[in-house]
Amino acid sequence: MDWPKKSERNKNLKQIIAFTSFKLLSYAVVMILFLILAQIVFKGFSVISWEFLTAMPEDGMTKGGIFPAIVGTFYLVLGSMIFAFPIGVLSAIYINEYTKDSFYKRFIKLMTNSLAGIPSIVFGLFGMTLFVNTLGFGDSILAGSLTLGLLTLPVVIRTTEEALKSVDDSFRHGGYALGATKLQTIRRVVLPIAFPNIITGLILSIGRVSGETAPILFTVAAYFLPKLPSGIFDQVMALPYHLYVISTSGTNVAESQPIAYGTALVLIMIVLLVNIAANTLRRYLGKKVKMN
Amino acid sequence: MNHIIATEKLNLFYNDFHALKDINMKMRANTVTALIGPSGCGKSTYLRLFNRMNDLIDGVKITGDVRVEGKDIYEKNTDVVDLRRKVGMVFQKPNPFPKTIFENVAYGLRVNGINDNGFIKDKVEQSLVQSALWDEVKDKMNKSAFELSGGQQQRLCIARALAIEPSIILMDEPASALDPISTAKIEELIYELKQNYTIVIVTHNMQQAARVSDHTAFFYLGELIEYGETKEIFTNPKDKKTQNYITGRFG
Repeated sequence: MDWPKKSERNKNLKQIIAFTSFKLLSYAVVMILFLILAQIVFKGFSVISWEFLTAMPEDGMTKGGIFPAIVGTFYLVLGSMIFAFPIGVLSAIYINEYTKDSFYKRFIKLMTNSLAGIPSIVFGLFGMTLFVNTLGFGDSILAGSLTLGLLTLPVVIRTTEEALKSVDDSFRHGGYALGATKLQTIRRVVLPIAFPNIITGLILSIGRVSGETAPILFTVAAYFLPKLPSGIFDQVMALPYHLYVISTSGTNVAESQPIAYGTALVLIMIVLLVNIAANTLRRYLGKKVKMN
Repeated sequence: MNHIIATEKLNLFYNDFHALKDINMKMRANTVTALIGPSGCGKSTYLRLFNRMNDLIDGVKITGDVRVEGKDIYEKNTDVVDLRRKVGMVFQKPNPFPKTIFENVAYGLRVNGINDNGFIKDKVEQSLVQSALWDEVKDKMNKSAFELSGGQQQRLCIARALAIEPSIILMDEPASALDPISTAKIEELIYELKQNYTIVIVTHNMQQAARVSDHTAFFYLGELIEYGETKEIFTNPKDKKTQNYITGRFG
């Protein structure tokens, strides 16, 4: 029997068209990313200097450096992680290891997922109401860190949960079969295996926290504060907010534009470095877990 | 009390599914009992009764008596952790922990509260000798257990189970994922271990059941069809279904 040749050719043609368009679209995505990066690097690179990274802003933020914003972002990231990491990891352990599949478990998961979908400005408002006003922390590192921590909590919970889920049950059963309690099995078998992926989740959420503007807007960020904080009840400048300020409402928006790009570049470099660190650490820990 | 394991009128349900039906069976100490039968017949479920691994599955209900060393292990105040120390288990797929060879064997001791490093070291060596793995691993105790071959990993899991001195060892198709040479080693090992332990083994391999066991139980659709001396079952089965199964006509 003869096979009709025409449809065969059509099939090949369809393949070619489909793959070419997929390819072009994925290139387009890379191109956009590349353009953004290129623009920021191109415009920001010239202002980057040791002085830019270590000096206070001067002359209505049109000259000088961004040191207090870098330090502020560092403190906020650190504070939010101290808050969100233990709570998130422990919650995830509870959800994944202790609760059986039930209405209750689905309810908790639905709630944590919904939490992840709330716009960050709403977190900012909530943080202002609860931490700044009701609890009386004022505009402070503490209030900002807690707000950012809340924002990132669902991310920590979800990545930890995924990390725990990826640990094969045969390890748990092996532990139980040797007379280990549930807690011992989680601590000595499950967590060490899941650890590299949990850490990756943590570091990725650091990347997110360091770039968030809305949650710190009403809780901690200072418009202009050319000194370093002396405690957790002080206000700080932060990189994303500083970028917003000098691009929209600075003393001289046009003149401070290079500084805006420089700030953006620093922010992007921090996020990039954190991501690279996450991957390196995961690979290193992944090897180490197998060894121990 | 001669029978170290006994079940009486044992019924097990997975939600509505009646997985084990009225099983009456007794096993003597220092014997090897093989559980055979087609997939889904309930033999693995039956094996997992004795260290209560079925507890980990949702919706399992049990009626009847399961006695280990004379004690009803499904009584309310049974210490499951303690039970699992006495009743060790080796799984189908070798499942060493992502730790060193040494730490794998030491794990059971550590979780049971033993901190004496000298004792742990001796016990690890003794267990590895018993599981016929010592000569192959004595120079690389600090290497990852994942560097061992599948057969070696399975013997490591056996050593891990032996270290906490159980009296009973449950084996759930321990050689089904292994090559013939490793399988032969495991079978030899079972023969050796019989001196000191009671072994219950689930297997799909008829020759293996015939080679390693003293008694054989044939399960079919949740029922215990026939149970007796292995020689008897394989040369002169009383039930037609047993005969059909061991001669490979179904299953």
